[in-house]
Amino acid sequence: MKIRAQIAMVLNLDKCIGCHTCSITCKNVWTSREGVEYAWFNNVETKPGIGYPRDWENQKRWNGGWRRKADGGIEPKIGSKWRILAKIFANPDLPEIDDYYEPFTFDYEHLRTAPELEAFPTARPRSLITGERMEKIVNGPNWEEILGGEFSKRSADYNFEGVQKEMYGQFENTFMMYLPRLCEHCLNPACSASCPSGAIYKREEDGVVLIDQDKCRGWRMCVSACPYKKIYYNWASGKSEKCILCYPRLEAGMPTVCSETCVGRIRYLGVVLYDADRIEAAASVKDEKKLYSSQLEIFLDPNDPKVIAQARADGVPEPWLEAARKSPVWKMAMEWKVAFPLHPEYRTLPMVWYIPPLSPIQAAAEAGKMGMDGAMPDVRSLRIPLRYLANLLTAGDEAPVAIGLERMLAMRAYMRGKNIDGVIDEAVASKVGLTGLQIEEMYKTMAIANYEDRFVIPTTHREWAEDAYDLKGSCGFTFGNGCSEGETPSLFGGNRTPAIRKSEEVG
Amino acid sequence: MGDFANHMLFGWYPYLCLTVFLLGSAIRFDREQYSWRSGSSQLLRRKQLLWGSNLFHVGILIIFVGHFFGLLTPIVVFETLGIPHEAKQLLAMVVGGVAGLMCLAGLLLLLHRRLTDARIRNTSSFSDIAILYILLAQLLLGLSTIFVSAQHLDGGEMVKFMTWAQGVLTLRSDNWRIVEDVSPIFKMHLTLGMTIFLIFPFTRLVHIWSAPVWYLGRQGYQVVRTRKSIAPAE
Repeated sequence: MKIRAQIAMVLNLDKCIGCHTCSITCKNVWTSREGVEYAWFNNVETKPGIGYPRDWENQKRWNGGWRRKADGGIEPKIGSKWRILAKIFANPDLPEIDDYYEPFTFDYEHLRTAPELEAFPTARPRSLITGERMEKIVNGPNWEEILGGEFSKRSADYNFEGVQKEMYGQFENTFMMYLPRLCEHCLNPACSASCPSGAIYKREEDGVVLIDQDKCRGWRMCVSACPYKKIYYNWASGKSEKCILCYPRLEAGMPTVCSETCVGRIRYLGVVLYDADRIEAAASVKDEKKLYSSQLEIFLDPNDPKVIAQARADGVPEPWLEAARKSPVWKMAMEWKVAFPLHPEYRTLPMVWYIPPLSPIQAAAEAGKMGMDGAMPDVRSLRIPLRYLANLLTAGDEAPVAIGLERMLAMRAYMRGKNIDGVIDEAVASKVGLTGLQIEEMYKTMAIANYEDRFVIPTTHREWAEDAYDLKGSCGFTFGNGCSEGETPSLFGGNRTPAIRKSEEVG
Repeated sequence: MGDFANHMLFGWYPYLCLTVFLLGSAIRFDREQYSWRSGSSQLLRRKQLLWGSNLFHVGILIIFVGHFFGLLTPIVVFETLGIPHEAKQLLAMVVGGVAGLMCLAGLLLLLHRRLTDARIRNTSSFSDIAILYILLAQLLLGLSTIFVSAQHLDGGEMVKFMTWAQGVLTLRSDNWRIVEDVSPIFKMHLTLGMTIFLIFPFTRLVHIWSAPVWYLGRQGYQVVRTRKSIAPAE
């Protein structure tokens, strides 16, 4: 057993209102630069829909994630090491910018400088790559917002697998949910495995997956290998970039920007201890539906004295062990089992988990015919098909998702009884395998969601690993070549002139 | 061509080029590693790249390996193995010719794409376009040497180039005299070839140094980094 700690995230989709504050604050902080305009380290998609980039979940097309071989081992779906090197000159599995969208700006200057016209002047779009006029903007990071577009296109959504989807195209039966997506900081990252340069690595101390910008050579294999398409190729610098889980903030004990600014309080950050020696075995189980439970099995109980002793021996700092015991992520994933990984069938063992959303009771208007399970409605009569959520979160296994949803319904029933009727109904709790006390804690964490309950982040003691005196006055966090002492553009080439300069005349 | 020009180009110039090539690469790697990348434009336009890039790279790699071993393998090795120079020259002409045509087709596709596609054109630096033209010129010179070589199939000229190339590395003092009377096509090919070494550190060509062959030797797949080195203070 080799114990490592990871800062993991849970997103409570039941509370996501799709306001995109996470995406916007993330963009402003990290990707408001030339070359990564189209890169959304965090984006929020409307489901059902094909998402961003277009059709990202279709691994028959993109070959992301891992493939289980006949001998029981796993290799990246894009191919073995030989196959990956053979694709290096031109990668057949790489999305084109049009699968995302061509980055653009608007001719704002025109609004100010336009002569007197019959019609109001408008700011028309212009490409940030070529500087040329764009007649039409055709895609974006949440192009299907509030179920925009025809159902025939949206229903190409991979999660409709095994669902009679035609009826959901009708207005009366339609359903919708938001899915905020960021890098999963996987335990078994396919991006890192497929990087020929070895530039992508997982940090041992907190599990953050990063791309060494100096070591990246732009071979682009990570973009294909990541099944979540959360690695973006910076077309200006020729390097790949990804969500860094705001590690400079995490190190100081602060939540990521997306979590901090989430107005719905849906995001949770906490420490999870896991057994690094069992990662490969957990990712290699034969039955895809077992991948969720195999990942649960490598998470270690932070209250187990044996785990604590081993974690200490493996160098996990004491404050991290304490944080692991208070971790909201542990509680939601392991104790209450209401949080699930996104697409475990990709075999990357993702570490950003989701609580599935409850939805209105299907055909509630047909009063009396509603499926009831005692005091609670049957989760199978919820508007969002159970199978759809299961395809998203448990490789199609409906049972665990049903339990999660039942527990959330039970929490509502129990608290409604307590607060409205003044009745504490232990039977509601025990029916879903919980105690009243656990439900109260669930309520505090998931419904009230105070700041200190959502974010339990121990600081990284950099001073234990590096000499603070040497770091004094050194380069802090910068983008691109910011820490180089050379001039940019230097003798070795540098930034080209941007396609559109701010003061440029427009027509 | 006068003695002075020959001495300059084939006696002195190789050392200038090699020095800039090695020192320039080392300095860029050390100080400007962020600028060290292949510079792929595949994300912006897939069209023409799949064929263009594959043909170009496979062709040029065969040519590179051919030149490297063809020029730098000591002549005594061929004599020991009993490979006649005539046969080696013929092999070089045929393999080099086929690979050269592959490379030419790929290069023309890439050049056409770079010049005519607005996305690629607009994101290209001067050196991105210049290096394609330089490689094209060098490739055309290289292919035209095949016709010159066809005039003398005894391998004698080829031995001169081998002796000269090895002489550069062994610091032979009158090295330039070996190639002073070869065809001007060869001289141009040699000079431009050396020039490519000269400009190498200032272009995207530096990605050649980083050809990730070590990937095949990586143990397992995952890369984990740690910075735990000092025990926590009590």
